[in-house]
Parts: sequence; C-alpha cells; structure tokens
Amino acid sequence: MSDPLRFLGVTKSFPRGHGRVEALRDLDFALSPGRITGLLGPDGAGKTTLMRLAAGLLWPDQGEVQVLGLDTRREASRIQAQIGYMPQRFGLYEDLTVQENLDLHAGLQGLSEVTRRERQQALLTLTALGPFGKRRAGALSGGMKQKLGLACALLRAPRVLLLDEPTVGVDPIARRELWRIIEQLKQEGATVLMSTAYFDEAERCDEIVLLHGGQVLGRDTPAAFRAPLEGRTYLVQEEALGRRKLQDRLQQRPQIQDARILAQGVRVLTADARPHPEGAEEWRAVGATFEDAFVARLGEATSARPVIAAPSPAAAAPPPIDSIIEVHELRRFFGDFEAVAGIGFEVKKGQVFGLLGANGAGKTTTFRMLCGLLPASSGTLRVAGVDMRHARAAARARIGYVSQRFSLYGNLSGAQNLAFFSSAYGLRGGKRRERLAWAIDEFQLGEYRDTNADDLPLGIKQRLALACALLHEPPILFLDEPTSGVDPLARREFWQRVNSLAQSGVTVLITTHFMDEAEYCDQLVLMSLGEVLAHGSPQDIRASARDEAHPDPSMDDAFIRLIEAHERQMRRAS
Amino acid sequence: MWTRIWALVVKEFLALLRDKKSRVVLIGPPLIQLLVFGYAATFDLNHIPYAVYNEDQGQAARELLAGFRGSANFQQVATLAANRQIAPIINDERALFVIHIGPHFDRDLLLHRSAPVQVIVDGRDSNTASVALNYVNSILLGFDRRWAAEHHWGVPPARMVVRAWFNPNLLSRWFIVPGIVALLMLVVTLLVTGLSVAREREQGTFDQLLVTPMTPAEILAGKALPGLITGALEGAFIAVMAVLWFKVPFVASVLPLAIGMLLFLLAAIGVGLMISSLAVTQQQGLLGAFLFLVPSIILSGFATPIGNMPVIVQELTYANPMRYFLVIVRGVFLEGDTLANLWPQYWPLALIAFLSMTAAAWLFRHRMA
Repeated sequence: MSDPLRFLGVTKSFPRGHGRVEALRDLDFALSPGRITGLLGPDGAGKTTLMRLAAGLLWPDQGEVQVLGLDTRREASRIQAQIGYMPQRFGLYEDLTVQENLDLHAGLQGLSEVTRRERQQALLTLTALGPFGKRRAGALSGGMKQKLGLACALLRAPRVLLLDEPTVGVDPIARRELWRIIEQLKQEGATVLMSTAYFDEAERCDEIVLLHGGQVLGRDTPAAFRAPLEGRTYLVQEEALGRRKLQDRLQQRPQIQDARILAQGVRVLTADARPHPEGAEEWRAVGATFEDAFVARLGEATSARPVIAAPSPAAAAPPPIDSIIEVHELRRFFGDFEAVAGIGFEVKKGQVFGLLGANGAGKTTTFRMLCGLLPASSGTLRVAGVDMRHARAAARARIGYVSQRFSLYGNLSGAQNLAFFSSAYGLRGGKRRERLAWAIDEFQLGEYRDTNADDLPLGIKQRLALACALLHEPPILFLDEPTSGVDPLARREFWQRVNSLAQSGVTVLITTHFMDEAEYCDQLVLMSLGEVLAHGSPQDIRASARDEAHPDPSMDDAFIRLIEAHERQMRRAS
Repeated sequence: MWTRIWALVVKEFLALLRDKKSRVVLIGPPLIQLLVFGYAATFDLNHIPYAVYNEDQGQAARELLAGFRGSANFQQVATLAANRQIAPIINDERALFVIHIGPHFDRDLLLHRSAPVQVIVDGRDSNTASVALNYVNSILLGFDRRWAAEHHWGVPPARMVVRAWFNPNLLSRWFIVPGIVALLMLVVTLLVTGLSVAREREQGTFDQLLVTPMTPAEILAGKALPGLITGALEGAFIAVMAVLWFKVPFVASVLPLAIGMLLFLLAAIGVGLMISSLAVTQQQGLLGAFLFLVPSIILSGFATPIGNMPVIVQELTYANPMRYFLVIVRGVFLEGDTLANLWPQYWPLALIAFLSMTAAAWLFRHRMA
C-alpha cells in the first residue's frame, strides 16, 4: 500500500508586498499509515500551507505532493474523494440547522441516500450532537461547531484526515470529546494529521512533526523528543518567595534555558543536566515533557529570548484602593436568556485575575460589562473606584483592553496604529512622544513600524495590540483570550510581560482557554452557564476537585469535573 | 477633545488612502460616472434611423424628404415600396419611424388643400418617440413655412418664436452635468460614512475605540468629518470639471454653491451615520446605502421632472435632500441664483441635516449602550 501522504522536495511561496515569502522550503516527509501525527511549530512555520497542499487546495511551486499514491496536481478530485479536511474555520452554514448542514455536505460529497443516513446516524452518535439536530448551526457553542465541522468532514469515512488546529478556541470538555472522535477514527484505520498549539495534545499523538521556518525541524514520537532532556528538568520551590518573583530570578541565570510557573512552583529547564540551587531554593528533579523539548529545540533554532524590561514606574502608582474591581449580584439578560446570573467577585490591586469557563459560560459577557462595552441589567460594578453603570467614560481612561482578535487597524502600519491610539487616549506633546518611544522599544516593534498590521505575524500583532493598550499607562489591563491561536513561544513571552506588569502594580484581568495558563493567575473565577462555580487561587480550585480517585488533579481535570457536575443536568435536559 | 477627533480623522483618511481597494473606490467610480453621464447620458437624439414610404414622385414630396436627409438628427435606413413593409421595419427596430407620403401629396398642395403626411413612430420608448416626433414636427413646420412663402399662400396668422432661457441651445449636457455634482457627492459621502463604522465592527476595532476615553459624540464627529472633507473635495472637483471640461457655464458666485454643498453633505452624512450605526457588517452598510441612494436619485428630479410625479410621490420628495441641492446646483450654474434666491432651498436642507444628524447621534448612543 502506498503512503497516505508524501511530500517530495516541496517548496511553496506566496507574494507579499513587493517580494515573496517562502512558506515551505524543500520539504520532504511521509506520514505513517494508521497513526495520529501531530504538526507543531510556531506561527508562520508553514503548518496551514502544508495542510492546504496536502488537501490539494494549493499546488506546490516545486516538488510533488502525493496523497494515497496520487499526485495532487493531476488527480486532486480523486484525492479529495478519499480524504477529510477540516480547515481552521470550517465552513458551516450558520443559518442552516445541524441536520441541514450534514445533509448539504452529504449531497456535496455525492453520498447515496442509504449510506448517507447510516453515516450521519453514526456521526451524530459519535459527536453526541444527536439531540441538537434541529438547532441552527450559528446558535451552537464554539466546541459544538467544531464537532459539527468534524462530522461534516468525516461523512465519507476518509482514509486520510487532515485537521488544521481543530481545537483552537474550544474549551477542555469539547476538546476531550473531539479527541475521543479522532481516536475512534484511528481505530477504524484512518491516518490523521492534525496541527495543534496544545502540548498536552501533542503528547497524545503517535508521532510529532516539528515544523519551523518551512522545514521539518524534527520528527519523532513524543517520547523520543523528551528523551534527551531527561535529567534537565527540575521543579524549584522557595517558601518565602512568590512563584512570580522566583521565576524572574531563575530566568536571570545563564544555565537556565526556560522557567515557567506551575501549580507547585517553578519548572526549570537547565542547559546542562545539573541542578543549580541558590539560597533557600529547593530543587527536585521531574520528568521531561514535550513542552520542554519544544522550547529546547526551537530555542536553538531561534535567537535568544527577549529580555523584558520592567514597565514604567508611573503604572506602579495607581490610587490607593485595595479592591480595584468589585462585582456584586451582576446580571445581564439578552431577551429572556440570562447570560450572567448574579455573579460577584473582587479583584485586588496588582493581581493577575483569571476568568475561566466553557464556551458560552458567560465570561465574554462579564468581560464586556467590566470594560464598559455592555451595560449590566442589574447589580453593582465598580472598576478602579468608579461605578461602571454611571461613569463609564471616566473608568475607560483607566483601563487598557486587548480583544480576542487583537483589534488593530489592518491597513495602518504599526507606527500609525500606535500614533492613533495614543491620541485616542488623549496623550499629547512630549508625553506622547515618550510613550510611543517606550512602546516601540519595550515591545521590540522597531522593525515592524512600517508594516501594515494585517501583514504582521500573529505573535507580533499580539505584541502591538498590547503596546496600544498600555500607552496611557492604565492601572487595569483587560485581556480577552489574548493567547488564542498564538504559538507556544509567543505565549510564554506574553506571560512574561503580564507577570512583570503585575509586579509593577498593574491589575490584570484575563480570560483564557489554556488551562496551563490558569496556573499563572493569582486568583481564578470558574464560570458555567452564567454562574460562578468556583473562586480562589489555582491551588484552591484544584483542591476542590480532589477525591480518592484523583489525588492530584490537574487544572484541566478540575475544570472538567467541576463543570461537568454543574452542566450535567442542563446538557441532558437540552 | 479636538486632539482625539483629529486623530480619528487622520486615522480614517489613512485607512481610506492606504488601502488600494478603497482608494480605487473613491477615485474610479466618480470619474467613470462623470464621463458616462457627461458624454453618454443625453436626451438629445442624433442619427435617428427612419424609413421613407413615398407614393408620390412630385417636387413637393422630394423637397420635404430633403429636409430630413439634410438634418444631422436623422438617418434614412430604407426606402419602402409597399404598405406591408412598414410593420416589419418598425417591429425589428431598424427604423424609429416611417414617413408615409400619400399619392396625392403634390396635387393637394398645388390645389391649396391640406396635404396629410403620415408618421408612424415606434412608441415602445415613449420618451425617445416624443423627442423624435418633436424633431419631425419642426422639420414639417419649416417645410410648411417655406412652401407657403414660395407659393404665395400668405403668411400664417400666428407664428411662434421660441427662445430658451438659461440654455439657449437646449443642450441636455448643461442640464445633466450639474446634477452629477449632486449625485456623486451623495454616493461618495454615503459610502465613506455608511461603511466606516461597519468596517470597524467587522475588524473588531470598534470595541477598541469604545474603551478609549472618546465619547460617542467625539466618535461621531471623527466619523463625520472625513465624509464631509471627501464629499466636498469630490463635489468641488466635479464642479470644476463641469466648467473647464464640459464647458457648462457657471453664472453665479461660489458662495451660494459652497453653502448648499455644506448643508447637503451634512444631511447625507447624517443618513450615512444612521446606516453606519445600524449595520453590523459592511455588506449590510452597502445595502443600506443603496436602499437610500436609488430612491433619492429617482425622486430628486435628476432625470425626470418632479412635476410629472403623482402628487403623493411629489410630497415624498420634500424629505429628499438631493431634491433641494439639485435646484441649488442648477441654479448657481445656469441661472446665477443668489443666497436670497436660494433661501427656500437652504432651510429645508438645513432642517433635514439637523434631523438626520440628531437621529444618527441618538442611534449611536442607543446602539452602544
């Protein structure tokens, strides 16, 4: 039998501006049949291009792409009849119901009446979408949409399945369900290639292809990736010092390649296989993970990580209030639907405060009310000492906001975006010049000054959006899923910035889907169906999910257990 | 406050001008429309195809037909020999009309009797047909007068001397080109203001704008000014082109036109911003703009006189800002109207501008809350 997918010396470039950008360079690799292969790499590594080439949607400039022994140039339609492809945003027709979407795709793929019914039945069972057949696709949650997209891609029982970041923006529960489906397919003999930004997913793959700069940087099983790092990973703890301060200190040392915050302490990757304890630090050897391997491999491939300067001191002197955000009995109705059902919490100054929840839990609605983008139906809402229900404009000058999509003006250059937002926040004269210079310098945006925001890589966009939101030195920073779709390295760098901001006294409110990121927060609120389910430090929340079967639950486990317990009845009822 | 508004205005222009597509939209269609309307849209007819069915070989019939042949307005495409050939040539649109001269034309004239000439016109396009008939009539009249003079019938008792004021040669270009000033200003302003908020909503930047200390009024002003500036520039450009390129006279002074433009633009911007505050996507914005554009052009008197419309529709046109502005442009171009003359146009325009801006501001606040 021929290889399910084979790239032979493939080069692909795209025009950008006056030149061309090489997305893939002389790429050779073949997929092993019957296995799940994970495709990982930073933004702009060429993952999506690779997927589209494999699906026969693009032709290589040079070289050949073979799927099931067929050339994509000549036999694209025969290939497409045998593969399933799910792009990052699957083209669901939002005005059609779940069933109508499935029928449409079955029709498009030319399935006979009998196979269609059989297959749809099987897929509806597999995806647990059965009860939602009559619901409009547009009214589904993000996770359910992804499942429906996957079901549409699977109608023909493909021999090769290509999934481009199928779990981005999907909560842990839906993510677990998607994985169950993918593993079921593997058992049926399909070959799966999926790109992902989650390391825990990478660990579940049979094989990993690491892509960087359009070339394969490494290809192996997750275990083989981890092997060379054994003995180089440690968990560092120090009682007297906070995790964030500890991480900061560890990162200064030359022998330490990477330091990240975990529940119990700071996880460290050393350059040599030796611990380097100093002072009262406690070093404990721990097993390596794929994330360490990823950081180590890419750390070698890219330049040294940026040094994050301390933020400006002005931000460190906000007015002396202890609770900077107070929420009581906050409610918001959309028609009859109660999106936020009387929640309350408090955020202290200088905290990193996380807002977690499944898709559709009401966190975005809460967030928008806190930023003054949406009025509350009832309840009290004080931000920076100002009542958001009456003096929104006054509060707005004191918050910075980065939205999910890094909202920048796409056809304005980096410098023009900064200039606009600085004026919008009312900066002028010398102060304005000073802050603009600070932003360019602090966020290393010098080389992107004249590039249109639309043409920037996602990680840079995120940096620019953050710079714009910090121009007026707000004491509170709102971040709405700021790391969604951003590659792991950019995510770490981002968190480093958030940490140093928090240290200088800025309060950070953040929503995220990444459970490992929840560990970085000082306080968390876990929301489900418009209510606060749990409230406390990451340790508290994990502890609340502890029982005999799970003595040391991870954040992921805690999230799933708490939410499932709460939503079980609701899901069953609908 | 002014710094912030100014920053928004600069940003709007950068966004418009840095994007190749919107640059093309701003410059391309107005130029094309100007050329299309300036050259192609005319009520004057030239080279009207006609056929002759002449049953009389006499001198008078030949003289009459020579009048047609000598006119640049007409072009003979066929000579018919039988009655039954008339229908097909009209049906196939080969000729717009057929002149039928009966067998006794010459004899009747020489006997000082009235001699009928039959003209069969294709009435499918009623406007063209009546314009063509007008031309035919004027040639027949000319023939009558000459014949009467040469054959001593005496002078007809009453004679009409026509003198067209303001447009002595009745060139329809003089009528249409000033109208284009109004038309294109409306199109450009509606597009610039109607889509700008929707574009930001699509890109997600509108939220970003709302969390800045900018008040809704400042955002509104920052969105209105680019429309005002672009519309004014576009209007001035077309007005200059009308005078220099199309040689339309400009009789009045610039001030009455400038005031009219300002009021008209404010009214159009108000409508554009209303569309903007309602539309969630650019597509909706575009649809909204066209929903407003088409009726307001038709009900403005741009092509068809308002006086010809049913009374109810005529009353509807009082709400249409373009109706007033058209009077102003034509007035200053052709008639030399002064500020005092135009006052009856200014105040309704100002009222509409005030109402539409207020409505836009209200919607803006309402939609944001």
